[in-house]
Formats: sequence, C-alpha cells, structure tokens
Amino acid sequence: MEAVFLTFVFVLSIFLGFELISKVPSTLHTPLMSGSNAISGITMIGSLASLKADNLTVAVILGTLAVTFATINVVGGYAVTNRMLEMFKKKDAGGAK
Amino acid sequence: MNTMTLPINFAYVISAGLFIFGLKMLSSPATARRGNMLSALGMLLAIVVTLFNAGLDYKWILVGVVIGSAIGLVAAYKVQMTSMPEMVALFNGFGGIASLLLAWGEYHQHPELSVFIALVTFLSAFIGGITFSGSMVAFGKLAEMMPSKAIVFSGQHIVNGAILLAALVSGVIFAMNPADTYAIFLVIVVVSLLFGVTSVIPIGGADMPVVISLLNSYSGLAACAAGFVINNTILIVAGALVGASGIILTNIMCKAMNRSLANVLFSGFGATTQTAGSAEQQGEIRPATAEDVYYILEAADSVAFVPGYGLAVAQAQHVVQELGELLEANGTEVCYAIHPVAGRMPGHMNVLLAEANVSYDQLVEMDDINPRMDSIDVCVVIGANDVVNPAALEDESSPIYGMPIIETFRAKTVIVLKRSMNPGFAGIQNALFFNANTRMYFGDAKASIQALVGEFKSD
Repeated sequence: MEAVFLTFVFVLSIFLGFELISKVPSTLHTPLMSGSNAISGITMIGSLASLKADNLTVAVILGTLAVTFATINVVGGYAVTNRMLEMFKKKDAGGAK
Repeated sequence: MNTMTLPINFAYVISAGLFIFGLKMLSSPATARRGNMLSALGMLLAIVVTLFNAGLDYKWILVGVVIGSAIGLVAAYKVQMTSMPEMVALFNGFGGIASLLLAWGEYHQHPELSVFIALVTFLSAFIGGITFSGSMVAFGKLAEMMPSKAIVFSGQHIVNGAILLAALVSGVIFAMNPADTYAIFLVIVVVSLLFGVTSVIPIGGADMPVVISLLNSYSGLAACAAGFVINNTILIVAGALVGASGIILTNIMCKAMNRSLANVLFSGFGATTQTAGSAEQQGEIRPATAEDVYYILEAADSVAFVPGYGLAVAQAQHVVQELGELLEANGTEVCYAIHPVAGRMPGHMNVLLAEANVSYDQLVEMDDINPRMDSIDVCVVIGANDVVNPAALEDESSPIYGMPIIETFRAKTVIVLKRSMNPGFAGIQNALFFNANTRMYFGDAKASIQALVGEFKSD
C-alpha cells in the first residue's frame, strides 16, 4: 500500500507542478530553473537522515558526499536565484532621465 | 522511529506548502523574489527538523554542510550573468549526483530491498547518474571547455541504444535480487554516467536550452525516485514540482524551435545541415556606418532591440541599455523583443537585460511583438540570426522551416549587428540580411553600440 500512497502523492504533485509552472512568464524562466534546481536539492533531507552515527564506512562517505553536493545545490541555487531576481526591477518614476 | 517522527513529518507538510507558494509567486517579477525567499524558508525548515532525527552523525553532516555552503555561496556570488547557463547546468548535475549517492548509500546500508524499492533505487541511481554526467558535458560545452558543436559519429544511435539496453537489463537483474547483486549496482552507476555523456555530446550549443531544461527535469525526477527509496513524501512532492517545471520548459523550447524532443536529442542538428539552402539566397547587402545607424535611430519613433546569444558573448547588455536610455530620452519608444530560445537557456536574455537595469516591462515576448511589428520603425538585431530568419516562414526546404521567429523583416527598417557574414548555428544563410529594408552594421556588438552611444552623446 505504501507504494500506492507514494505514487498518489507523486501524480498529484506533477499535476500541481504543471499548473504552477505554466503561469511563470518567460522573462523569469532562468530564475525558475535555478530556483527549482535549489528545490531539487531536497535530497539533502534524505542524505542527512541516512547519516547515522557510525565509524568511517562506505555509507558515511557516500552520505557525506551526498550532503555536500545537495548543500551546494540548495545554498548556491537559492543564493543565485535571489541575486537574479533582485535585478528584475521596474523603472521607478524618478530614476529615468 | 522515535517520538519526533510525527512532528517532523508535519513540518515537511509546511515545507511543501512553502515550496508551492514560492513557485506561485514566481508568476510575476514583482513577487518573485519574495517567492524565492519563501521557498528557501521551506527548505531551511525541512533541513532543520530533519536534524531532530535520532542517532544522526552530526560531525559528518557538519563537514558536508560547511563545504557545500562555502562552494555554493562562492559560486552563486562570483558567477557572471552571462555564464548563468553553465552555472545552472553545474547545479543540475550536483542535484543528480546527490540522488545517486543517496540511493547508493541507502542500498549499501540496507541491501535487502523489496522489488519495488529496488526498482526505484535503480531509477534514482540511473536518472541521477545521467543527470550528473550529462550536465557536466553540457557545462563543458557551455563554458567552451570542449567543442560546443554537435559531436556525431556513425553508429551513434546504436551505441546509445546498446548502453540504454544494458542499463535496463542491469536494472531488471538488480531489482529481482538486490541483496546479492552489489556488482550489478556498480555497473548501473557506471553505465548511467556513460549514458549521460554519450547522449549529450551529439547535441549542439544552440540546442542547449532544451538540454538544460531536460536535465533540470531529470534532477527533479531523480529526487523523486530517491523519495520513493527512503519513503519520504517531501522528496516526492519537491522532486515532482521540479520535474514538471523542467518538462514544461523543455516543451516550450522545443515548440519555439518547431522541433520534436526526439529531433533535438538525436539529430545532431548543426553538425549535419551545413549544406542546406545557402546557394540561392544571395543578393546585395547594404552596410551601414555608425553615423548612418545613428541617423536612422535618431529619427525613429519606436525601436525594438532583438538580442541573441551574440549579445551575451560580446557582454553588450550594459551598452545596449545605455543606448536604450538615450533613445528614450530622445522621445523614442524602446522595447526588447526576446525569442524563447535566444541565448543558451530559457530566459537567458531577460536575465542579462535585467542585470543591465532594463525595466522588466520593456522585455516583450515574441507573441506580443509580432502582431505590432508593422508599426515598429526600427528593429536592431544584436547577435541573433536564426530566430529572425524569414526562411523559417517562407522556405519549405529550409531546415528551420516552421520555427516561429521574431518577424523583424516586417519592421520599417532593420539594423543587423553582426561580426561578419558567417551563417548562424543552423548553418543557414539569412535572407533578412539581403532585404531592401535591412542595413548591416558590421563589427563587435559591444564596440558598435558604444560607437552609437558616442554619436548620441556628442550630438
């Protein structure tokens, strides 16, 4: 049953994703990509939870590497998206000559 | 399972909600930044509550988080806006490898998997591996560390097919009996990495928007599969959102090139079509000097800039913005018409122009500019070629026939900034350059526009 439940969640999320993303204007497609990239760093949750107290074993090495890569994704992804979105400005009345 | 499991899972629900609201707020540039913050908040919440799980090894978590954050932050703040496609490709790849490593680590700790879990473990490792090595190749092409042209060889499809078949067969063997097939799992890892490389090398530079979007989608789907492996709904929800996003972008990019995904992935476009339709479209070109162009622009009531990848290469976005300001000060209406596949990733041109302080309401989509193209006095094409080639509308024998273009040829005057008469990515001569209302303004885009700015200022 677990598999059915998870598949259910998966299918509904896909539909929700289609609804949400199709509303994003093409102007914001690059930030959308880097932002959604950061979201895909959610695997970090999984790798954190898999790093159980242990000696230096293959599992710990794999887990630490997974955490490192996922963190790059999350931190770098959100930071760069923020940096980009910061630049999208409407000209304020006084600014233009 | 401990007493924290329930509150942790409730916190995940809140995180999922924040991701969804964050994406919803991306529907307008005015709210997008707050949306991204909300999404990041959701991520932070999910990470923090996960740390409350019992028996975690915080020492190694700290090592991974510190190294990862340092690399991520440096990369995010150092990267130039013109290099954003490389950056996104790189991050896509990291997302993929994280899913692969997660699946591997889980399998390593608990080799006794049910068939279903073994299957999703295979998928997570396989998709993750393709995403990683494919993204690295895309990164190499975009950063020009390797030839950005399509690399094709005979029998390529057969090789790719064989690799894919090997992966699927290994996957089935693995899923039947995961506990005793550790070696097979390693084969899957290697094959998936190999497949990522061989499937991206035949794709040329200008098709990169499609590839990056697709890899973006893969990184989400890999996260999704990893969610099935560890039985975690937040991974599935977040991964599915990303997967859907990548698929939509891929679809938009393909439509904007009037090609199917299969054609983009397998045709080796740009490597094989050099011969097409170059001979007949010759004619007289009308070169213009900076002074000529200045007089044309000075007299115009409305000007539309049409940027392409050449703008990014020349780093000309700031001078273009400066010229735009000067034109506006001169009473001219200025907009920037952007083709969906201009540049090397979806929305690439928009980000560059935003960086140069172009107001986002001046960024106009193809479908909005084309209907009013007849009323535009001057179109200034900067480093774009195929996306303004009228052959896409008129010449049925052209490889790009059917691709929607920005119909600059309908404007009263077209000024094309170009380095030389070399044809564009598709290797097709552009009839626009020979039109009676077209003036060619040769030179480096940045230097050319600087010269125009100089003309305006000296006046």
